[in-house]
Amino acid sequence: MLLINCPYCEDDRPELEFANAGEAHIHRPKDMADMSDEAFEAMFFIRDNPKGVILERWRHAHGCGRFFNAVRHTVSDKFLKTYMAGEPRPSDDEITELMK
Amino acid sequence: MRNFNALNLAREALRGHKGWGQQWRNPEPKKQYDIIIVGAGGHGLGTAYYLAKEHGLKNIAVLEKGWLGGGNTGRNTTIIRSNYLYDESAGLYDHAVKLWEGLTHELNYNVMFSQRGVMMLAHSVSDVQLAQRHIHANRLNGVDNEWLTPQQAKDFCPPINISKDSRYPVLGAALQRRGGVARHDAVAWGYARQASAMGVDIIQNCEVTGINRAPSGEVTGVETTKGTIGAKQVGVVAAGHTSVLMEMAGIQMPLESFPLQALVSEPVKPVFPCVVMSNAVHAYISQSDKGELVIGGGTDSYVSYSQTGSMHMLQETLDSIIELYPMFNRMKMLRTWGGVVDVTPDRSPIIGMTPVKGLYVNCGWGTGGFKATPGSANVFAHTIAKDEPHKINAGFTLDRFRNGRLIDEAAAAAVAH
Repeated sequence: MLLINCPYCEDDRPELEFANAGEAHIHRPKDMADMSDEAFEAMFFIRDNPKGVILERWRHAHGCGRFFNAVRHTVSDKFLKTYMAGEPRPSDDEITELMK
Repeated sequence: MRNFNALNLAREALRGHKGWGQQWRNPEPKKQYDIIIVGAGGHGLGTAYYLAKEHGLKNIAVLEKGWLGGGNTGRNTTIIRSNYLYDESAGLYDHAVKLWEGLTHELNYNVMFSQRGVMMLAHSVSDVQLAQRHIHANRLNGVDNEWLTPQQAKDFCPPINISKDSRYPVLGAALQRRGGVARHDAVAWGYARQASAMGVDIIQNCEVTGINRAPSGEVTGVETTKGTIGAKQVGVVAAGHTSVLMEMAGIQMPLESFPLQALVSEPVKPVFPCVVMSNAVHAYISQSDKGELVIGGGTDSYVSYSQTGSMHMLQETLDSIIELYPMFNRMKMLRTWGGVVDVTPDRSPIIGMTPVKGLYVNCGWGTGGFKATPGSANVFAHTIAKDEPHKINAGFTLDRFRNGRLIDEAAAAAVAH
């Protein structure tokens, strides 16, 4: 069971309280009908699936109910950071720093 | 390689079984092959076997970063069935079941294929309707599947609880009698043995670290931990690590890799005669020939390459198992393990060409690849040998996520499978 820090509740809570919501920072355009097939595929179907650091969304479903983002390593499953929805994507330098 | 037959068995019995020899060669890689298959699981070894057997191609290597059959081939719950909803899936999985039926004889290796029947339970009105729809669709496609009442289900599988007071009442079941189980290791070993005998080099402990391409774009070989190996064609059959490998050729895949766990109980006398699954409750169970109950459930919810998962997934699975089969409530669980499964958005596999010339991919089997092993390998070998898909895998393209021609078994089953 993962222990996940909810940035809103500011507490480590068991994974049971959370729902994973897939890759973070995917921009969903308002005018999807105008997208090319390639752009739609990239937005809708292609997912970052790294063996390493992943940026993902979680929802504190059985807690505050809010979505937030996390930086996690997919081999160790260790959370490097969680941050509120709407905050900018961590830079590569910051991720490198977190991995130390 | 010595054939397994009564005469050889008698001869070996008289001399302490000292003459069987190694079942496959363990060669060092050559500098150049015609075809390289990345991944020595059942699908990869089978692909090499059919390339050699049906297409007459011999200059083939299968590269494996760990040991042969040590990935998802050795980690699944060995269930075999073909009762899928859509025409493309029925065609593919039933092709596999037909090959399973002759595989022991074809490979001269006992894969212990046991057609003991796969029963899928319905617990609600919508489950019943869905099951009936599946049964009709299957029968139109020539795939056997029949409806059982709760009492008929109980007669077929006595341990099942059909009480109306149950948390998950059994309202009926769909039964595919041709479904069953097989010995997973034997499938990898059987294909490896025959492929090796036909000249295929199986190279273990050889991880692919790069895919080499010519300036014009086509594949020229791979970089590995045992050096550069050239090839005109490369087939990637690497399950959960497909995204990582395809990235080396600059292709982003519509895949996510999740942990999938399974577990076995302590061995007991024969008690469970078939395979029973429940999509709504999402637990499946059978009994191995050793006597262990083999139990599986759903994937964990997050991307991970850790080959482990969370405890609560196992607990949820066992909660369901005990509710459906109360007699197992004091069984001890012996072992649990996890694999990394590559899941596509529509829960159907990808078998075919890629935008890179000479590079082919067979992936996206998600939580249900074992059942398809011979069929998948057979049509993938055809795809590589002819440089075009077999008609059975023609719909399972990589570009269906661009042109929208999905094979949406995810919606059909409502769970990963």
